[in-house]
Amino acid sequence: MIHTKYLSKTYNGTTVLNIEELTIPKGQSFGLVGNNGAGKTTYFSLLLDLIKPTTGNITSNDVVVDQSEDWKPFTSSFIDESFLIGYLTPEEYFYFIGELRGQNKADVDSLTAQFEDFFNGEIIGKKKYLRDLSKGNQKKAGIVAALIGNPEVIILDEPFANLDPTTQIRLKQIIKDLAEKQGVTVLVSSHDLMHVTDVCERIVVLEKGNVVKDLETNPATLKELEAHFASGAVVSQEEE
Amino acid sequence: MAINILMVFFALYFIVMFLGLGFGLLLILKKTFPDQDPFVIANGYVFFWIIGDLMMRFFLQKLPVMSVKPLLTLPIKRSTVVNYVLGKSVASFFNLLPLFAIIPFSIMLIMDGYATSMIVTWLFAMIILVLISNFLNFIIEAFSSEKELSFLPIITVVGVLFGLNYFGVLPMTSLVGDALLGIANNPILILVPIAILAACYAYNFKILRSKLFLDSSLKSKVAEVNAADLSWTERFGDVAPFMKLDLKLIWRNKRTKSMAFLLLIGVLYGLFFYPQPMYREMTFMSAFIGIFSTGFFLINFGQFIPAWDSGYYKLLMSQNIKYEQYLRSKFILMVISVVLLFVLGIPYVYFGYKILIAHFAAAIYNIGVNTHVILWGGSFNRKKIELDKKAAFNYQGTGAVQWLIGIPLMLVPMVMFGLVNWLVGFAAAVALLIVLGLVGIVFHKKLMKSITQKYLDSKYKMINAFSQDN
Repeated sequence: MIHTKYLSKTYNGTTVLNIEELTIPKGQSFGLVGNNGAGKTTYFSLLLDLIKPTTGNITSNDVVVDQSEDWKPFTSSFIDESFLIGYLTPEEYFYFIGELRGQNKADVDSLTAQFEDFFNGEIIGKKKYLRDLSKGNQKKAGIVAALIGNPEVIILDEPFANLDPTTQIRLKQIIKDLAEKQGVTVLVSSHDLMHVTDVCERIVVLEKGNVVKDLETNPATLKELEAHFASGAVVSQEEE
Repeated sequence: MAINILMVFFALYFIVMFLGLGFGLLLILKKTFPDQDPFVIANGYVFFWIIGDLMMRFFLQKLPVMSVKPLLTLPIKRSTVVNYVLGKSVASFFNLLPLFAIIPFSIMLIMDGYATSMIVTWLFAMIILVLISNFLNFIIEAFSSEKELSFLPIITVVGVLFGLNYFGVLPMTSLVGDALLGIANNPILILVPIAILAACYAYNFKILRSKLFLDSSLKSKVAEVNAADLSWTERFGDVAPFMKLDLKLIWRNKRTKSMAFLLLIGVLYGLFFYPQPMYREMTFMSAFIGIFSTGFFLINFGQFIPAWDSGYYKLLMSQNIKYEQYLRSKFILMVISVVLLFVLGIPYVYFGYKILIAHFAAAIYNIGVNTHVILWGGSFNRKKIELDKKAAFNYQGTGAVQWLIGIPLMLVPMVMFGLVNWLVGFAAAVALLIVLGLVGIVFHKKLMKSITQKYLDSKYKMINAFSQDN
């Protein structure tokens, strides 16, 4: 489904991402972990053609993303609050995204109705602009908007951050369902190792732009990840 | 950076103006009222200056409360923070500026032979007066922030004062003037304005202290949604979602909203010129006024495309949209505004049918040529706009593009019109503008295609620029 080849991104001589090869099959729930500056958001931005790759490219469903726009109809994402339109209400925002993705109001309504629990009564019908919502509620709206229009690829950057515990658990269920039942390829990044191991079938660890681990999730994965990041902490302590 | 340079330029301009006033006032007064004491006359005008000052401050000066938000969580006494905020407000440009006029004026008076002690006392009284209006303004603002019609308190205060004076109920001008003269002649009386200043300060202190909590006044206001029925946009087909978005953009953000009111200025623009016979003689002027008044919205809205959407540009670029639709929505909005402004400007026919014809030609030119020019210019925009920032004196998003685009937009049609009008005649000049406009309309699809390509080419640069904090 998503095929990354010889991809690198360099800013003023500093390479922030360098992935020789990475293939994500259709319907996989894929987790990206790494410390700040590891290149997670850079990778997602390249996937969405928001920045230009220095070398190599990403092919999504046989479309080279930086050469054609044909990946847009089947891809959706929520990276950060710059994906929200502050002066719209959540409903208006959902309808707007729906219109862009060929969904009428009824389609959007029936989709958002499924997320009543997830919204916890704080999003729909509140007559508030998105810019006036709390960070957590903004995130909820952004994530659900990314599910509008039956996308085949969904990219979520740090979806668990800023959410309350109940919502985090609900979100995990939503992501699992998307991959397992609907065959959607879900790409998630997170700093929370527990959440990623719960949700993702496969976890890739990025470090300074390089893939250092590529794990099939099993009961021992969390321990392995924790050991990996803990060793980093020990090393840096020694360095000091 | 460009914004700062512009602001510095404005500040310098005002400083020079005030300095000129300070040094020149004495001479002007002596010339205008040769047989009266210029010092007395000047004091008579102080009242109007206070009124004007209050109005200016109300619209432009805000108490710097937000800057102390971080201080609230530190172990600093609340009263210290309040004193700091109020003290900081004294250092405002609005308090500094009058000094550039008051001090030179005082020097001139002393050099002219007025008693030094008297003038120095007067100088201090004036400085205290400046500070009083500084704190009085914050009191008025505190009241207005609670009202539905926020301009009401200032208009009431200023209106009542002005009315009392105008109808002679309470001759404020001479009252203020006499008071100032009284202080100048009797320095002990300066205690009165000091007492007023202290009272204003104390009142501000009281208001602010009760308000300075993270949850109340420091929290930005949550606006109620105003939803309008925009279903009429559906007739524009696939552009409709973007038109709805653009209309909401304009109506729901401070800066764009104030721009919508520019439509009104656009309509009335001709009234600055046409009532004077001098301008009516110059037919080429009507082409310029026509371009300007029918294109008022086009210019003000168009020059910041696509920076209006910079806050969510990443969304637009990764969503399933066609760039061409996005741009066409802006194009349609601008065309509608031109037509609307032309129709509203039809009454100018009162000043001569030629004006109407020139306006018509200008409107066609705006629709056919200027819309495309400004969209094309937009592809060079690299400065983001934060929509929720204040409207007045906001130059965010202004760069070289905004200055340069004015040349093809206004200068070129004006020169062409003027030249042909002079060489051939009015009819030929009008025909030229109309033909150029029609050519633009005929090639609309082609032009849009190349403009769209221009935007696509600078996509990464724009995304990058719009995600920077400038």
